Amino acid sequence: MDTYYDPRDLNLFESIGKDAPELAKKFFDYYGAVFTEGALSEREKALIALAVAHTVQCPYCIDAYTQACLEKGSDLEEMSEAMHVAAAIRGGASLVHGVQMRKIAEKLSL
Amino acid sequence: MQEPKKSAGQEPASGVEHFSCTLKRHDLHFARRRCRILQINTGLLCDLACKHCHLEAGPQRREIMSAETMQEVVAFAHRGNFEMIDVTGGAPELVPGIAGFLSELADCAPHVLLRSNLTALGGKAREELLATLCRHRIALVVSFPSLREAQVEAQRGSGVWEKSLAMLNRLNELGYGRADSGLELHLAVNPGGAFLPANQESMEKRYRRELEKRWGIVFNRLFTLTNAPLGRFKHWLEKSGNYQGYMRKLAESFNPEAVPAVMCREQISVSWDGTVFDCDFHLAAGICQGEKRTQVRDLPGPPPEGTPIATADHCYACTAGAGFT
Repeated sequence: MDTYYDPRDLNLFESIGKDAPELAKKFFDYYGAVFTEGALSEREKALIALAVAHTVQCPYCIDAYTQACLEKGSDLEEMSEAMHVAAAIRGGASLVHGVQMRKIAEKLSL
Repeated sequence: MQEPKKSAGQEPASGVEHFSCTLKRHDLHFARRRCRILQINTGLLCDLACKHCHLEAGPQRREIMSAETMQEVVAFAHRGNFEMIDVTGGAPELVPGIAGFLSELADCAPHVLLRSNLTALGGKAREELLATLCRHRIALVVSFPSLREAQVEAQRGSGVWEKSLAMLNRLNELGYGRADSGLELHLAVNPGGAFLPANQESMEKRYRRELEKRWGIVFNRLFTLTNAPLGRFKHWLEKSGNYQGYMRKLAESFNPEAVPAVMCREQISVSWDGTVFDCDFHLAAGICQGEKRTQVRDLPGPPPEGTPIATADHCYACTAGAGFT
């Protein structure tokens, strides 16, 4: 496949532990623990993961957590709202830095 | 264990290990236990044509159970000493004589349940049937696949959402789903696509909370059901390029612990024409019980313990994840 991203690579995720098995194990243990039901349900956690996947723009994560959200009973309305939460935070994070821009510009301006 | 006979080239390659090989690899066997459940498919006529229907039921179908076959099934139900009788379709509500049939079945087993799509149960024409259901305390398992109108209607057709909510309210009015009424109302939830169902317990919790809060609807239990790769659903899987991916997902989700609980081990399924199958999915696939086509009137009783059960790749749907309820 003539691209950096191959959907089949998602299934090879565990192979990142090949030359660092102990560190990989720590990560996967942690990863597994994060997504088990706690104060938040597995369904809610999958929606958060889907939103975060859009902010970090990880196609593997978007693939995995779109499927996970559907399999945990979420629907497109909820998934779309989660995506907009990500977009709002992402856009808002850019805009709020505008305060710095304004302060710096004001300091430098007559 | 038997393998279904298939003609070469008729089936698209599922790309997964044959189900019987997977069982063998786990040293598991599909053998019958005592047959507790009689499942009756009353026909393929339905007022809906849901996209996931493994039987391709719909308004154009004409296959329904005749009065004569109903009597043969009732006689068999008496011979079989079943604990439960599970009546399904199509839409059983549309079959002439269904109220009388259910009344007779209620005398044959302690528990009788009717699977309904909710829409076929509505309207003035079904009042007699509703009265029969209440009188015999027949449990209802009704399809309600999503809490969103758009998703329900994408799967089941336009107008289904309003009719379903109205019927759930009517059933609650009659006492169905209410504590201590003795009238059981269970929801059946199928995923709306090529993915596995959600965890049953958390789904039930969410449906209970939202249905009561938004529409004041109550129910007893919720069952999540995996879509079987058969019939209309299989056609959609193939057309949308999801067939192999879905089969792979089912096979990868094979849970050896689900095998002892698969429904075919304790039930027998009779079709609208009286033919006997191991389950409703084998009925859809045309895989008869006991290798040859047998009519219910010719059976002295249910198949004895140890009788082999045919397997096919769609059996993965019953062993994926938590298994098939």
